[in-house]
Amino acid sequence: MSIFWTIWISVITLTVIIGCAVLLKAANTNNTGVKEGEPMPHTFDGIQELNNPLPKWWVGLFWFTIVIALIYSIAFPSYTANWNGFLNWTSADKDVTDVSQLDERAETSKSQYQREIDAAEIKYGEVFKQLVYTDAGVYKDIEVIAKDSEAVKVGQRLFLQNCAQCHGSDARGSKGFPNLTDDDWLYGGDPLTIKETLMNGRNAAMPAWKDILGEDGIKEVTSYVLQLSGRRVNDIDAQAGAERFVVCAACHGADGKGLHAFGAPNLTDKVWLYGGSRKAVEDTLNNGRNGVMPAWKDVLGEDKIQLISAFVYSLSQPK
Amino acid sequence: MKHEFIEKNVGLLAILIIIAISFGGLAQITPLIFQKETNTPVDTLRPYTALEMEGRDIYIREGCHVCHSQMIRPFRAETERYGHYSMAGESVWEHPFLWGSKRTGPDLARVGGRYSDAWHEVHLINPRDVVSQSNMPGFPWLATDLLTGEDTARKLEIFNMLTKNQGHKDENGVMQPIYSEQDIAGAKAAVEGKTEMQALIAYLQSLGHAFK
Repeated sequence: MSIFWTIWISVITLTVIIGCAVLLKAANTNNTGVKEGEPMPHTFDGIQELNNPLPKWWVGLFWFTIVIALIYSIAFPSYTANWNGFLNWTSADKDVTDVSQLDERAETSKSQYQREIDAAEIKYGEVFKQLVYTDAGVYKDIEVIAKDSEAVKVGQRLFLQNCAQCHGSDARGSKGFPNLTDDDWLYGGDPLTIKETLMNGRNAAMPAWKDILGEDGIKEVTSYVLQLSGRRVNDIDAQAGAERFVVCAACHGADGKGLHAFGAPNLTDKVWLYGGSRKAVEDTLNNGRNGVMPAWKDVLGEDKIQLISAFVYSLSQPK
Repeated sequence: MKHEFIEKNVGLLAILIIIAISFGGLAQITPLIFQKETNTPVDTLRPYTALEMEGRDIYIREGCHVCHSQMIRPFRAETERYGHYSMAGESVWEHPFLWGSKRTGPDLARVGGRYSDAWHEVHLINPRDVVSQSNMPGFPWLATDLLTGEDTARKLEIFNMLTKNQGHKDENGVMQPIYSEQDIAGAKAAVEGKTEMQALIAYLQSLGHAFK
């Protein structure tokens, strides 16, 4: 900020403060020509005004605020951006222009925000560490954390705050968002895979088959897929669908049991991510499905993800 | 001027009061407009794409900013939930800014990337389908209303004007406008036929991109 603005702010601020003092002094001087306590020479609707002085406590308060204003203006950053006042106070590090500078800045910053963060770190940091790290300073295994009811509770809080929007507050998911409490996993339900899913996200890619299979093709493959999970369908359709299923087998496997590497669901069970009605399956085949799990590494950080992974893992474990 | 004269002329009194209270704004707000931190974009800021720009206008039209703020304050309670506090340098190209002042719903300043496009679509059509306790209204018409792209190019031009053709410097150190002529020429084609839903989701997914 240039010297111009420093002058601008100083002149306006000091003029106003000094102006208040002058006004107070003027208002406190009796120049009416009427003695204090005597009636003023006017009446309003028969009401007469006495020339009483301003109350002393009020005038005192006014002077007090003027003094405080001057002290305040040099205690906190005011007249210039280059000086933070004698308390050296800043609200936050607002001059950072790149995310990459943040960590470095946090080391040295004295801003009120950083002090709040540091205080919280002292209060909660150690407790949090004990939930996630072993004494040797490495991550506890997710299976181990999942047996620690305190840690799971913290994981649940984090889940409710960040994950429940899609997977539901009971983690049972909804159409298009997987149920995390059953033993059916798209990408695998072992602790490290769960963590990987949380860290880096997942992008499912079921292509649209409408143009390739055609209307009849879709109908036949749908029949076959429904038959795989034990539903009664037209045998001739299903037979034709089975022949066409070769292209599907690339991801879902020849037996239709799915493949964790692609996040391709098992088609032989009764769990349906997008619905198991004939119409829903036809929809999936016609238009494809591209379920996305966002990556949380940068949003939450690995420590919290370790806890959430443990909570999610605990959901599908026998109690 | 006699005190009595001011007291008896309400119009004059009002004018003098306005002058008196404007000193506060003059000293406190005017300098900020010219401060480096408030008019220099953060390094990673990129302008909205044509589709995001249309989405932003839908965001305004539907009044999303009435219930959702886009301003994370520097308090731990906020940054733990929403991410790093908002920087002035992120809003340099915002005209008007959509910081909002009320949070009936959560802050959206860094909502980009938090949820999948599919989630946004379900949620915008009927929020209760994914968040059962939500009191947000549904916006089902967004899924069927199509964009024509009639005004898109003009909108980009106006944003160039509002940002005074000051974007980032190119490799030769010359200041470039935030939208190139190519961007403007391709604006209509980029949005035509897309649904309003797609535009709004593109906008939402872009929020907070510069600082996370």
